[in-house]
Amino acid sequence: MSEYLVDIKNERLSFFTPAGEVKALNDVSIHMREGEVLGIVGESGSGKSVTAYSLMGLTAHPGKLIDGSLYFNGHQIETMSDKEMRKIRGNEVSIIFQDPMTSLNPVYTIGNQIMEAVFLHTDKNRAQAKERARELLELVGINEPEKRLRQYPHELSGGMRQRVMIAIALACEPKLLIADEPTTALDVTIQAQILELMMELKDKLGMAIIMITHDLGVVASMCERIAVMYAGKIVEYGTADDIFYSPKHEYTKGLIRSIPKLDTKEHERLVPIEGTPVDMLNPPAGCPFAPRCDSCMKICLREMPPVTHFGRVHYTQCWLNQKEEMEAKQEKGAANE
Amino acid sequence: MSEKLVQVEHLRQYFPGGGFGKHKKYIQAVDDVSFTIDRGETLGLVGESGCGKTTTGRTLLRLYEPTGGRFLYDNEVIFDVEKKQYAAMLPYRKKMQIVFQDPYASLDPRMTIGDIVGEAIDVHKIASNKQERYEIIIEMLRRVGLNSEHANRYPHEFSGGQRQRVGIARALAVKPEFIVCDEPISALDVSIQAQVINMFEDLQAEMGLTYLFIAHDLSAVKHISNRIGVMYLGRMVELADSYELITRPLHPYTKSLISAIPVADPKAARDSKRIVLEGDVPSPLNPPSGCRFRTRCPYADEQCAAQTPEWRELEKGHFAACHHIDKCN
Repeated sequence: MSEYLVDIKNERLSFFTPAGEVKALNDVSIHMREGEVLGIVGESGSGKSVTAYSLMGLTAHPGKLIDGSLYFNGHQIETMSDKEMRKIRGNEVSIIFQDPMTSLNPVYTIGNQIMEAVFLHTDKNRAQAKERARELLELVGINEPEKRLRQYPHELSGGMRQRVMIAIALACEPKLLIADEPTTALDVTIQAQILELMMELKDKLGMAIIMITHDLGVVASMCERIAVMYAGKIVEYGTADDIFYSPKHEYTKGLIRSIPKLDTKEHERLVPIEGTPVDMLNPPAGCPFAPRCDSCMKICLREMPPVTHFGRVHYTQCWLNQKEEMEAKQEKGAANE
Repeated sequence: MSEKLVQVEHLRQYFPGGGFGKHKKYIQAVDDVSFTIDRGETLGLVGESGCGKTTTGRTLLRLYEPTGGRFLYDNEVIFDVEKKQYAAMLPYRKKMQIVFQDPYASLDPRMTIGDIVGEAIDVHKIASNKQERYEIIIEMLRRVGLNSEHANRYPHEFSGGQRQRVGIARALAVKPEFIVCDEPISALDVSIQAQVINMFEDLQAEMGLTYLFIAHDLSAVKHISNRIGVMYLGRMVELADSYELITRPLHPYTKSLISAIPVADPKAARDSKRIVLEGDVPSPLNPPSGCRFRTRCPYADEQCAAQTPEWRELEKGHFAACHHIDKCN
């Protein structure tokens, strides 16, 4: 048993594609307590979704877990069969996908789709399931739930559909909700509604949330802990304050610098991260970010940096931080002498 | 006084939306929108999906036939629906270009990058021989940060950011003066967005371009634009200098739009009180009477339903259309 709700240790996961092996996750470790909100940020292809999907056992062929252990709520995920997995999915852990337009089935009514989740995991009868579905729609702030139950997805707007998706995900009051870019396809004012709703529900139901996004603004307002991913690695991990106010990894710093500020009067030039994201088929030998890093050193191109800890939570994987640490140690040593 | 390059007056664009005869319905995608853009200036256009910002850009280039209004480009009439004047577009297509949103859908997968960029050069007969055509193509690719070897490759060999650069090179190939940028960065990764925004700024400085920059991301628009117009359900609700608009928005919709942007600053995010709008954007097929924002506006009353608010200049260069400006400020 683990003290954590989620405990992923040194996960390595590859996709064996016709073009070659894509090392989607390379030594990823994450742990979360109950009720915690973790944000995973990164660019497309950085492995942020794969990390979360692997917890649900959704990384089937050609994906393969090479190494590591995945623990969730008393289950050892990597040893479980499909049948056992199905009992957990939608029950103890649920997911909301990015695109509410394509993740609902167009030929079933909203009510049908919510009730499906209820039937699968509980022994409620039809009337009870319908009552539960109505309750859920109310919970996610949809008005006239009776009428909505009979409607089809095309009759609802994007924001409403995402609310329905959340209702389905919450049908069995999961311990963990994975939200994979839940607001990327939505407009800002609707995004604000959905984020607000998720936080409300979190307080009400006490579930943990993994929030996957590329929008630093979204994680800043929602998450207690943030993992920054790049090329299948967690390059920096810390509390929201650590990441935004004292970022240590060059990639995190670059990301924060490259966001246009709203409240500056003078026209500041943006500081982009030069270069393009890594080709995951042929990743560089050392630190994957080295080719785009301004402070790249020789060792960065050869070897993957070890983990440097700052305080209890905050850590990075960067040679620069190692160097600083070494220098600090040396100074200390010199002072002691 | 700077020179007005683009003058749009009372632009309307309706699309047929079902029904027959006198029951025929129209989607009022753009309704009574007026603005001007000075030479060398960038006007940002923001709003939620379905507010008509893309339609505005496309109608100006006559990619749609306008339903109403007038568009003067460099004091020449491009279209004036009332007087039934329509200019022949081909010479103007050399001056006005567009960069599309989706770099995956806007490049022909069966053409090489060189031919994609070169197509406009052929249409407008800019190059006198093959050598010159090639030189222009290479020059344009170089400008957007690609190089000559890319000319023989196909779109699928490029990443999203590179494709968007190709789209920009294509727009630049005819040496235009005015470019409509239709959500050029929405499909790109965060770290790449900043690169492309910087490139737009560099090109503007080098080539003296004028932009109509359409996007839903207010922070990016604020960064690149001199002035910003905010649209809601086919109408312009507010237009002002970009810093002014962000710091002192007057229209309740602009206020809520700004407060809805997630700020990348945890402390500020914890303290700030978001104005969360209720409900969804109504359908443009059947927009609310009077002020179109009234169904979601916290200040709405009977007057808003009865009367369309007037487009007024409240302070110098700061326009808004709302009955209750005083009440909400």
